[in-house]
Amino acid sequence: MLNPDSVGSTFAGTESITVSQSEIDAFCAVIGETDTAIAPPTFTIRITLSQFEEILTRPNIGLDWSRLVHGDQKFEIFSPVKAGDQLTCSATIESYRVAAGNEIVTVRSDLHKGSDLAVSAWSTLVVRA
Amino acid sequence: MIEVGTILDEKVFYLDRALLKEYADASGDQNPIHQNEEFALSVGLPNVIAHGMLTMALAGKYVSDFAGGSAHVLEYSARFIKPVIVPAGEKVDLTVSATIAEIDGDKVSLTLSATSAGVKVLGMAKAVVRL
Repeated sequence: MLNPDSVGSTFAGTESITVSQSEIDAFCAVIGETDTAIAPPTFTIRITLSQFEEILTRPNIGLDWSRLVHGDQKFEIFSPVKAGDQLTCSATIESYRVAAGNEIVTVRSDLHKGSDLAVSAWSTLVVRA
Repeated sequence: MIEVGTILDEKVFYLDRALLKEYADASGDQNPIHQNEEFALSVGLPNVIAHGMLTMALAGKYVSDFAGGSAHVLEYSARFIKPVIVPAGEKVDLTVSATIAEIDGDKVSLTLSATSAGVKVLGMAKAVVRL
């Protein structure tokens, strides 16, 4: 179970992540995107989900990642992501509820390039009963 | 010329097990429900299912194409309401279309439709682009 005291808190992710052209190329190849100068709109999920896993499964937070399903996802893109960008990620646990034994948690990630917010992304994650 | 209510041409994407593996590597999401049929069945799924985020990425390509490139996509959201089921040896469709919901200067809001095998797989799917 998620520690209810963590709701409303913001957690810093690991040190900054540098986006490589090969990562963007691989993501573009899957969806048939030929313009690889800019990362596709959902590319940053690659960073966000792994950061969520690292943060939300910390012993003091306690989410069970093994029974997780993805409920919904939203991106707001303020500055498109390109190769060479150095991004830092934070995660804010915005809401948490239990319904029919399922835990439903909404987490926001903010990806910053330096001091500028580049992408905010909201994920609703459901831990199945 | 587009106006509110204009329905955009549909585009069909095809998914198979190889694409799911390719997406797993590109996204870092190696959950076995997207690659291993035995595992998927053991957790109560009907078969291997596509990553919801792969479905969203493909529909996102539709949005980028409409917008004139990924750099023009400002907002994009969707709910994962049904899985895209990908049996071994098959290519399954993801059929995407959109309706113009709002025009505000150079900002255009789209309501997206995404189905696979006739079943709606994304709910509340919306995007805002700058043309």
